[in-house]
Amino acid sequence: MLEYRVEIALWAISGIIPFFMLNIWTNNNLNESINISDIMLSRYFLCAFFVRQFSVVWVVFSFEEDSLMGKVSPYLIQPLNPFFRYFAQHLAEQITRFPFALIIAFFFFIFNPESLWIPNLGILLLSIVSTFLSFLIQFLIQSIVACLCFWTEKASSIERLLFIPTLFLSGLLAPVVSFPAYMKSWIYLTPFPYLIDFPANLLSGNETNISGGLSMQILWIFLLFPLFKKIWSQGTKKYTAMGS
Amino acid sequence: MNLRKYLKVYKKFLHTSLASELEYKTNILVDLITAILSLLGSIFLLSIFFQNNGYIGGWKFEQALIIQAIYTILNGITNTWFNPNLTEIVKHIREGTLDFVLLKPIDSQFFISSKKINPSGFLEILLGFFLLFFCIRINQINLNLSFLTLSLITISCSICILYSLWFFISTTTIWFVKTWNAIEVLRSFLYIGRFPLNSFSFSLRIFFSVFIPIAFITTIPSEVFLGLSVLWKILLEVIVATVFLITSRKFWLFALKFYSSASS
Repeated sequence: MLEYRVEIALWAISGIIPFFMLNIWTNNNLNESINISDIMLSRYFLCAFFVRQFSVVWVVFSFEEDSLMGKVSPYLIQPLNPFFRYFAQHLAEQITRFPFALIIAFFFFIFNPESLWIPNLGILLLSIVSTFLSFLIQFLIQSIVACLCFWTEKASSIERLLFIPTLFLSGLLAPVVSFPAYMKSWIYLTPFPYLIDFPANLLSGNETNISGGLSMQILWIFLLFPLFKKIWSQGTKKYTAMGS
Repeated sequence: MNLRKYLKVYKKFLHTSLASELEYKTNILVDLITAILSLLGSIFLLSIFFQNNGYIGGWKFEQALIIQAIYTILNGITNTWFNPNLTEIVKHIREGTLDFVLLKPIDSQFFISSKKINPSGFLEILLGFFLLFFCIRINQINLNLSFLTLSLITISCSICILYSLWFFISTTTIWFVKTWNAIEVLRSFLYIGRFPLNSFSFSLRIFFSVFIPIAFITTIPSEVFLGLSVLWKILLEVIVATVFLITSRKFWLFALKFYSSASS
């Protein structure tokens, strides 16, 4: 992973959309209407950036490429689910991304010194846990989509479709608190707010329901995992080796 | 340069790539739904910004919708032509197949940037035009000849700038081999083209008009639609577009000197 330092730095930079959004929010004083101060909002978006950095998943693209190239066949013979391989890759890259994310945070604090804060240890640990849970949810969703490769060759277009609600509803571009009431009534039942909004609120010290959020995350993992196992076992039966 | 020859070759490209893309019909449907959802999502985001404010950076909601429409059209063009072709450069260079392109008795830039086409982008372009016509109605813009020519000029300049940016990033592959992530960076920067430039702070505004001219891509054409634009801005956009096109061409020819084939 360290071979691709430039790559990973660029990845980190490509995640800076939350900062542009923050700029729109504060520059137009939009935050006054939702009762969040400038400082809290900038912390929120910084945390959203961090959560996104450590929960981004691309397993469907790797799996699609491998399955089109016929690389999945040797993996299937091994006594280990191939998704463990991708899982390990993701974790390794997250660790390599950490220093770059820190550098970006450093620059952020230079430009916004007043928003510097140190979360207490308990909150920090909890938010690391919830970021990891958010990563797990996204990994499971994408793995389920990736398994669709067994039926259609191009599963990545389905992933791009799913990415749209993730982008707009997860809180990456606007905190869920600011959503209109007709959205708020049902959005907390979907997995989306728990992907970025909940961990980011937790880490930045904004108001949030800690136990409720964590239990919803765990609930979603318990719902998605059996689904993944089922689709995986059905898919492997359906598998016809390609490109080999 | 023989124009007729190039037209004939382009026709063949169009035929083969359409034939291969239409193999994946469900894919096109999924892409259409993606485009619709993505437009709805950004309108939703915009409505959040406007829910308690009448103006953002001096733009009303109806006016900001024009920017969305133009962004959608340009994004459709990117998905139809730029994205499928220019991501292919990465593959050509990594696998050494650029050799075959360079050996062909045809301009390499032309070959590389027009080989493929992705028909699902057409739907997005269409979607953008629908929104644009809707905006023209709700903003009560009256169409006349000078307005039409000006908007055509600015939009084509935007397309040229967009193409040059994509081509420029893809060309750097010759040195860096893997530039997927550089393309991701460009994408995330382009994302801010969905919003009026004036809604950003001063320093970001400078950054997005000098270093990466995203400001020119969507804001100036939208200003033309609203009749707000001044002549020097349009002239500036034409100049920027020309400079970008020429530099990206020069850069490609320069980069080719450093190309050392792979795996052959």
